[in-house]
Amino acid sequence: MYFAVKNMNTKPILTVKNLSVVFPDNNGGLHALDDISFEVFPRDFICFLGPSGSGKTTLLRILANLLPPTTGQLNFIHNQHPQIGMVFQQSNLMPWRTVMDNIKLPLELENMDESTARIKAQEMIELVGLNGFEDSWPRDLSGGMAQRVAIARALIHDPDLLLLDEPFGSLDAITRERMWTELSRIWQAKQKTVIMVTHSINESLFLADRVLVLTQRPGKIKFDLKVDLPRPRNDDIRYTPHFGKLARKLRETIE
Amino acid sequence: MDINPLKVFHPSSAKRNGMWLRVLSLGLGLVCWQITSIFSGVEVFILPPPLKVWSRFLVAAQDGSLFRDIGVTFSEVVLGLIVGVTFATILGYSVAKSRALEQVLSPYLVASQAIPVVAIAPLLVLWFGYGMFSKVLICALIVFFPVLINTIVGIRAVPQAFYDLMKSLRASRKQILMKVEIPAALPIFLGGLRIGATLSVIGAVVGELIGSKYGLGNLINRARVGYDMPMVYVAVFMLIFLALGLYGIVARIEKKLLRWQETFERLNV
Ligand SMILES: Nc1ncnc2c1ncn2[C@@H]1O[C@H](COP(=O)(O)OP(=O)(O)O)[C@@H](O)[C@H]1O
Ligand SMILES: [Mg+2]
Repeated sequence: MYFAVKNMNTKPILTVKNLSVVFPDNNGGLHALDDISFEVFPRDFICFLGPSGSGKTTLLRILANLLPPTTGQLNFIHNQHPQIGMVFQQSNLMPWRTVMDNIKLPLELENMDESTARIKAQEMIELVGLNGFEDSWPRDLSGGMAQRVAIARALIHDPDLLLLDEPFGSLDAITRERMWTELSRIWQAKQKTVIMVTHSINESLFLADRVLVLTQRPGKIKFDLKVDLPRPRNDDIRYTPHFGKLARKLRETIE
Repeated sequence: MDINPLKVFHPSSAKRNGMWLRVLSLGLGLVCWQITSIFSGVEVFILPPPLKVWSRFLVAAQDGSLFRDIGVTFSEVVLGLIVGVTFATILGYSVAKSRALEQVLSPYLVASQAIPVVAIAPLLVLWFGYGMFSKVLICALIVFFPVLINTIVGIRAVPQAFYDLMKSLRASRKQILMKVEIPAALPIFLGGLRIGATLSVIGAVVGELIGSKYGLGNLINRARVGYDMPMVYVAVFMLIFLALGLYGIVARIEKKLLRWQETFERLNV
């Protein structure tokens, strides 16, 4: 479990200090994020919980090196930017690539040879349960299937850090809850460091080790909750009193 | 229940029916033309019946001169397309990627769109002579604009999310070009190419009509001067087939490259 396993000597793989982001606009700049500081340890599953507009996507874009912070620091272990796997709110699949070809894109970019890439992609397809859909086009996939492809693509190159931007936000409630179990299982199997953002309390509690609550714009960390629910987690855990207690705590800080 | 096998919808049989209807329609058109030219009282000289055109075609095909003219026009059209598309694609991509370049070039681009190439064709023929070069130039100019615009629009339409994805995976500029920008812009680009292909035929003919040594436009002039009306019709039909052929080739390329789009069915020519 989280507390038992963590060695106090482990170094954080990512330290974020006093990070702020201001987008230029006509009246003095739009403050998207304000004074964000946190640490991420290997194999953490951290969730940022915040309403829309609280700068969640902006934060992930900074972590993925897509956007420079206005002020503040971002220190990665060994001072090098880690390999990133990213899942976006919209599955962001390339419509001209089949499921197989979408999944192996990160390997192509590393110039891995075709046959090895296909074998690895096939493993990922099995991991996310899409056997038989290798040659399907994205337009023929349901929302849930498309997000599975996106998750497989984000994991295939064995990234150091997985960034998830409301990955299930566009799915219906039933599919979304099924995907939580799936993601939890995949995380258990791959033991990745994950930073996820969401606006769903249940989603953050079900998946994360730690939930950081962001305020309405500008996004500021208002609350830091350790989720001491046992793993592996299954659906039933959402109906335990402890889950309910944690959920109430989060709801109270948000309101 | 009434299960009539003839009522079962079958896509391939629908396609075959569509083709028969087209053949029937063309056949009817020819019959009407033949009847009109015989019974309408219009001079055969002005409206020769299709059979006469057909036999004129056979004669011209046998002495080989027809194919020389077709070959010349075809080469001008294709060379013009290649030159125009190459320049338009390179410039279009650069403009799409650089707002500064767009600002610098936009007055010229707008002006070049406003100039009807057909109107300056006589000048081009005057400057560059009666040979193929002036026609290739006219074709290239006429093809240039639609392909340029479609390249710009196509590249600008690439969703930001794909760039984010590629950058998060540390893709190089070349990888982004090859794996995102080209495939994403391809549908719109090929739309421009399809328009360009037909325009290129027009460009070549206009150039040849103004002043040339060979080519189908030249053939039309020669036949007209010699009061050989059936030959004019032969040349016109050859031009139609040339344009249709090019259009068909581009449509075929589209169908092959854009298999991933559901809309590729609409290109069923
Ligand atoms: N590139 C940008 N330029 C200007 N404003 C931006 C940009 N990206 C995001 N914003 C603004 O920053 C705020 C936070 O946006 P975002 O990070 O997308 O929030 P969230 O993902 O939590 O909904 C929003 O008000 C948004 O309009
Ligand atoms: Mg967002």
